[in-house]
Amino acid sequence: MNFFLEVLVGGLLSGVMYALVALGFVMIYKASGVFNFAQGAMVYLAALSVVGIMEWGAPLWLAVVLAFSIMTAFGIATEKFVLRKLVNQPPIALFMATIGLAFFIEGLAPMIFGSEPRALDLGIVDEPIPWILDNWNMVISKFDLVAAGVGAVLVATLALFFQFTRVGRALRAVADDHQAALSIGIPLQNIWAIVWGVAGFVALVAGMMWGARNGVQFALTFTALKALPVLILGGFTSVPGAIVGGLIIGASEKLAEIYIPPVMEGMFGGNFGGIEGWFPYVLALLFLLVRPEGLFGEKHIDRV
Amino acid sequence: MMKTFKPAVAAAAVSLAMLSQAAVSAEQFFPIPSFRVGPYGANGQSFYGGFIDYLNYVNMKEKGVNGVQMAYEECETEYNTAKGIECYERLKGKAADSAGPIHVMSTGISYALVDKSAQDKLPLTMMGYGRTDAVDGSVFPYAFPLVTTYQMQASAIIKFLRDKNAGSLEGKKIVYLYHDSAYGKEAIVALQAEASLNKFNLVLIPVAHPGNEQGAQWLKIRQEKPDFVVFWGWGVMNQTALKAAQKVGFPRDKMIGSWWTGSEEDVIPAGDAAKGYMAATWNVSGKKVPVIADIEKVVYGAGKGNLQDKDKIGTILYNRGVSAAVVSVEAIRKAQEKFGKGKPMNGTQVAWGLEHLDMTEARIKALGATDLLPEIKTSCSNHEGSGKVKIQQWDGAKWVPVTGWIEGNKALIHPLFQASAKQYAKEKGITPRDCSKEK
Repeated sequence: MNFFLEVLVGGLLSGVMYALVALGFVMIYKASGVFNFAQGAMVYLAALSVVGIMEWGAPLWLAVVLAFSIMTAFGIATEKFVLRKLVNQPPIALFMATIGLAFFIEGLAPMIFGSEPRALDLGIVDEPIPWILDNWNMVISKFDLVAAGVGAVLVATLALFFQFTRVGRALRAVADDHQAALSIGIPLQNIWAIVWGVAGFVALVAGMMWGARNGVQFALTFTALKALPVLILGGFTSVPGAIVGGLIIGASEKLAEIYIPPVMEGMFGGNFGGIEGWFPYVLALLFLLVRPEGLFGEKHIDRV
Repeated sequence: MMKTFKPAVAAAAVSLAMLSQAAVSAEQFFPIPSFRVGPYGANGQSFYGGFIDYLNYVNMKEKGVNGVQMAYEECETEYNTAKGIECYERLKGKAADSAGPIHVMSTGISYALVDKSAQDKLPLTMMGYGRTDAVDGSVFPYAFPLVTTYQMQASAIIKFLRDKNAGSLEGKKIVYLYHDSAYGKEAIVALQAEASLNKFNLVLIPVAHPGNEQGAQWLKIRQEKPDFVVFWGWGVMNQTALKAAQKVGFPRDKMIGSWWTGSEEDVIPAGDAAKGYMAATWNVSGKKVPVIADIEKVVYGAGKGNLQDKDKIGTILYNRGVSAAVVSVEAIRKAQEKFGKGKPMNGTQVAWGLEHLDMTEARIKALGATDLLPEIKTSCSNHEGSGKVKIQQWDGAKWVPVTGWIEGNKALIHPLFQASAKQYAKEKGITPRDCSKEK
């Protein structure tokens, strides 16, 4: 039972890390109806900017501020040079543009800051909390708890921003219908620039947490793979959904990795481990059959 | 005016081209499908930087091999199998008359090229990766898993652990944590054979690609309470494993990795979590190796170095690239001895050279490559030629060798290659060469 709880809690905490990446997807999708294929690359760019600037001699706080400026500038440039030309084009055109953007970032970022993997020290040690280990014999890392706290604050901030600010309401209006939003005077270009800037900020937070955990390197782009099933479960338009989806995916993949292979090996022999790469996708597919819009996603109704 | 000028320019251009053609000395062409961008770009930059620097070093220091200059062309694979095949197809036309050994540094790409390179009669070298049953050259005449294979490496690691445990591993528990791919699975058969021979309990724990999340695996390791973890990772999986080991409190000096988990790129991003961790290698790091110091002086001194970031000189992967080039050039030298000094060698001739390597300690020393390579003696029936590794330990700043050369259990492992090669020959309808008739 103790081991089960340890795996469950570890999975939930991993899920928060997935949710941090998923939030960036939600931001863009919510405001523009576009699935941003470049979100993983943005996570990489943001983290690489931080370590790259630190290598030039800047302290961490300054590197973070400058990296945020880079991400904001990148957001504005994306709106001006990529998205502005594609207003009212089919969503697939915007999606294809984000694929191009992903490859562009993946090539440009290492060209500027170098491609060798580097450590990012945020001053939070990824070691078990001794008190929990001694009393409960459970490994709960300080780093994972901090990441969970960061995730909670980020979600609360974004939820409040979307719900209660003028910009947030404008973002939702743009997401519903570009043309209708334009017709009532919402400046679409400004809104898109803001949302890409905010998505850049979310990428920066995710990049720093993942980078501090596994090192800053190209593989940060792969974090997007973990976010996709989270989005399917939580819904592409829901900020709290990203967190709940993350928790479900994190916990279920860890429990599956531990408990399913022994059963399969007992039945068929061989080795069935290493399933956590695909298990979340199977779970997400099953979920799609029951609730295509996700747990918290908006139900799409077309009136005919 | 223009009418008379044009033919004059054309004639001059033709004359110049003819003159330069005559002036160009004979060249040995190396097709290099390399990777410098993408997920593993940092690894490729160091390896291929070292490889190319050595080719240029031979040209600058020795005026080539008996006057034949080393030439090369790179093609970017991004460590992607499809692109690797495309690069091979693009470069092979230029390698028809003169072909250095091809190093793709990818198990996936080398598997895809084993048959093609044999058809095209181009030597495919797989130093420390790739199709390991190609040790049996009677079935694989153009494939060379040189120096040592995954299986011999695993066997050498077990020997190291056994020596560490007063000569016995009986009753001990060893977890094999591996990348769930062809690369990670290659060593399982050897570890199972060693487990049954040495009576230790082997627990297999795979990690799905890319391996940036290993929470469940390390909780399982914590539950299993193994004596050692033998570790076969690649890329981000390596740093993640070291960090995860720290998280569950598993001692890093009881983790021993393969040579693809033992470079600076693998440990520096993990920070303090990597301190004490050990890994196998066949080449040491550092600039104390004479040929590495001389490359820096001769090639970089002349401003002709291949690396943009000079700090990579002397790293594990840079030195490994140099070691691969040393073996390749030595094979060309060997081939020239048989087929004609001062002439470029074609694929078949270079394959002969690779099959007749005899790099003794004295020869390695003469090349300035002491500690970059173990002794190598290849033959038709043994395309590996060595099977030896060293174990090194990360002290927080650099890799430090902690053993001399350790040879895997050849009597246990090589029959596995021969059985697999025999099966392959049967499936493909290949009639193996009679190695006793090869000279």
